[in-house]
Amino acid sequence: MSTSDVTHHTPGEQHDHHDDHDHHGPAPGLMRWVTTTNHKDIGTLYLWFSLLMFFIGGAMALVIRAELFQPGIQIVDPMFFNSMTTLHAIVMIFGVVMPAFVGLANWMIPMMIGAPDMAMPRLNNWSFWIMPFAFTIMLSTLFMDSGGPAGGWTLYPPLVLQMGDSFAFVIFAIHFLGISSVMGAINIVATIFNMRAPGMTFMKMPMFVWTWLITAYLLIATLPVFAGAVTMLLTDRYFGTSFFSAAGGGDPVMFQHIFWFFGHPEVYILILPAFGIVSSIIPTFARKQLFGYDSMVYATASIAFLSFIVWAHHMFTTGMPLAGELFFMFSTMMISVPTGVKVFNWVATMWRGAMTFETPMLFSIGFVIMFTIGGLSGLMLAITPADIQYHDTYFVVAHFHYVLVPGAIYSLMAATYYWLPKWTGNMYDEKLGKMHFWISTIFVNVLFFPMHFVGLAGMPRRIPDYSLQFADWNMIATIGAFGFGFSQLMFVYIIVKCVKGGEKATDEVWEGARGLEWTVASPAPYHTFETAPVINPDTVTR
Amino acid sequence: MSSAATAYYVPHSARWPIVGSIGLFIFFFGFASWLNDAFLGREMFFLGAAIIVFMMFGWFGDVAKESESGAYNSQVDTSFRLSMMWFIFSEVMFFAAFFGALFYARVFSGPWIGGVGGGGADMTNALLYEGFDYVWPTNGPGDVGGNFEQMGWFGLPLINTLLLLTSGVTCTLAHHAIRAGHRKPFILWLLATVTLGFIFVFLQAEEYMHAYSAMNLTMNSGIYGSTFYLLTGFHGFHVTMGAVILLVVMIRAIRNHFTAENHFAFEAAAWYWHFVDVVWLGLFIFVYLV
Ligand code: HEM
Ligand SMILES: [Cu+2]
Repeated sequence: MSTSDVTHHTPGEQHDHHDDHDHHGPAPGLMRWVTTTNHKDIGTLYLWFSLLMFFIGGAMALVIRAELFQPGIQIVDPMFFNSMTTLHAIVMIFGVVMPAFVGLANWMIPMMIGAPDMAMPRLNNWSFWIMPFAFTIMLSTLFMDSGGPAGGWTLYPPLVLQMGDSFAFVIFAIHFLGISSVMGAINIVATIFNMRAPGMTFMKMPMFVWTWLITAYLLIATLPVFAGAVTMLLTDRYFGTSFFSAAGGGDPVMFQHIFWFFGHPEVYILILPAFGIVSSIIPTFARKQLFGYDSMVYATASIAFLSFIVWAHHMFTTGMPLAGELFFMFSTMMISVPTGVKVFNWVATMWRGAMTFETPMLFSIGFVIMFTIGGLSGLMLAITPADIQYHDTYFVVAHFHYVLVPGAIYSLMAATYYWLPKWTGNMYDEKLGKMHFWISTIFVNVLFFPMHFVGLAGMPRRIPDYSLQFADWNMIATIGAFGFGFSQLMFVYIIVKCVKGGEKATDEVWEGARGLEWTVASPAPYHTFETAPVINPDTVTR
Repeated sequence: MSSAATAYYVPHSARWPIVGSIGLFIFFFGFASWLNDAFLGREMFFLGAAIIVFMMFGWFGDVAKESESGAYNSQVDTSFRLSMMWFIFSEVMFFAAFFGALFYARVFSGPWIGGVGGGGADMTNALLYEGFDYVWPTNGPGDVGGNFEQMGWFGLPLINTLLLLTSGVTCTLAHHAIRAGHRKPFILWLLATVTLGFIFVFLQAEEYMHAYSAMNLTMNSGIYGSTFYLLTGFHGFHVTMGAVILLVVMIRAIRNHFTAENHFAFEAAAWYWHFVDVVWLGLFIFVYLV
């Protein structure tokens, strides 16, 4: 790479443009996407990748729901069913929600803080280009003799160690993905610390940037722990160690502790950026400033801190000293406090606002309501004595799907509709967008709400068959699942239609939108903020 | 680190990442195949590793060239520093998982299977592991791997501790030298650091061979062997990497790549070295001493 081949950006001072090589557009040809260092290109790659994975993971979910349409073993054999539940979770977590958030971070953070690009553009490219390779390894296990991983995404030993030869492939795919996520997170932290335009102080940053900063911290702190945990599984399986075998003085429960030390912060990795997204969207369509910005920042930070000391709420039934059960019950309940602060602030932002209900706002309001339902069932699960009844039932499945589907996934849809005009320069089809919202929202509740009932009645999760009394609600849930799944084709249609053309968007796009990203043209030029923008009350979100 | 550039350096294309992805893909796929004795597994493993090494030389080479040509300004330098710091933090957390396993086994699960502690530990012991008394080091109620000897702290481990601590000092002396612009002492102190590092690795290998051949202490020796080998093994791997990195830095120093102001490659390597040093202290105390 020659040294003249750079874009220029002068922090702090305005300078004349080096016009000879300043305004590169994208390179022609397909190799552009392979070698690109541009944060917008990489963001786009991440977003398309996660959309593709959304349908792969979705197809797996439909296999699960089709099998559960009626009691009895109907369609797939139990082993395959188990690998569907396992891979569905892995694909949705590591292949959809995480990369989609990283894609949004790539697109939006540099624009939101007035930076020319991410801090480490080449590393950024690598973070993305690991993903397709890692998932090739992960999904290739489905075609191996011993089949895909079938012990659940939580990979508990000793069960997971009984898997066939594809075990090693799963473990290395996880290592591979971890490398990508840690590099991506380091890049985001460095960008936020180091690339803010002069005057963009920490307490002026949009909430999306704040939530991502804290998410990145969680990623860097916990993914290596996960890597360590799966490494121990690998050596237990292939190198004769006894970490998780009591015969050798180890303990299978130890795996659960290490796993959930990663796993619980991980669920916040899946939701904090969503908090940031709705905190950006609701003020726009309520035409008010975000209520309680400072408390939002502190709430996010406390959630991140608390997420490290609650992990064993996933293990209430596994067995722990009583003091441990109590500690983890109370610490878990404590998380509801900052979470409640956030929900309060979103509602207070809408209070007496001049609200309009464009698609992003609909998805955001849907998020607030349905995420809260998931939060409340979480609170029930946190009660140790009660969880002994709920644990490993469909009630847990209902809980985490409420926080993840009409939670995290809705925030992603809201974000897509909100920023699509900025990305493409065209407005999406508002009528179709609203239809997409309403159809999804009806079906998502038909899909997940009945799971509360069968769960409370004792239907276990991750089993391809069930007792007859659960039949009705399962049939309904399956109908909801197919409805929800197929209505997502609308989402693709709306996006493609918007990319191809449509009513031209203005720079500001939304009447009430504030923040640096709305000060640049729509579509955003290939390079934004080669010289640092001026930060004034009109260009920051607060 | 002042340099000529005023603009943030954003390269327009990157060809190394995709090479790295392909390399890692072949490496991981090969490794997994090899573990299952599948066709060409070992060959793919080494091919992948070779591609990764090739990629690292190419990528770091490009960065070094750009840095020396003055393409980076101080803001780029800060990005590098931040990234390196956070990378080291991620490494700390990786080791934390294994230290966590060690503490958990020693403080909680070990005594529990031995019948000590509340919550019915005595019953567990009576029903499942009757007659098993927990004392560290242990290979569990199953006597997995058979009788073994504990690795003492005296002898090689102590020598290794002194070696690594000394190398930390020589590394700092190298830093003082380059900051004062004294190239020759800089190179010599680096040489000392690298040499001490490699001696450490060599002695560690000696220790392993002795443990395997004379003490029956293997990876198979229950939880003690597991934690011992994974902790010291990953640490040894990190020392090797650190020493290789410092060696590359030394070669670059001989080729006069660094100035009193601009020598971040060395500093990053030095941070890494100190991190490896601190991990060893933890190991020495918790794996060998207590
Ligand atoms: C109000 C805050 C929350 C509380 C009190 C809470 C509590 C809990 C508890 C106690 C469990 C374990 C249930 C069991 O297995 O018996 C659980 C499971 C789970 N939660 Fe939450 N939760 C909260 C928010 C969230 C959020 C925001 C997410 C993700 C976006 C999430 C994702 C999950 C997942 C994925 C599981 C199931 C993991 C598994 O076993 O596969 N939770 N939650
Ligand atoms: Cu949790």
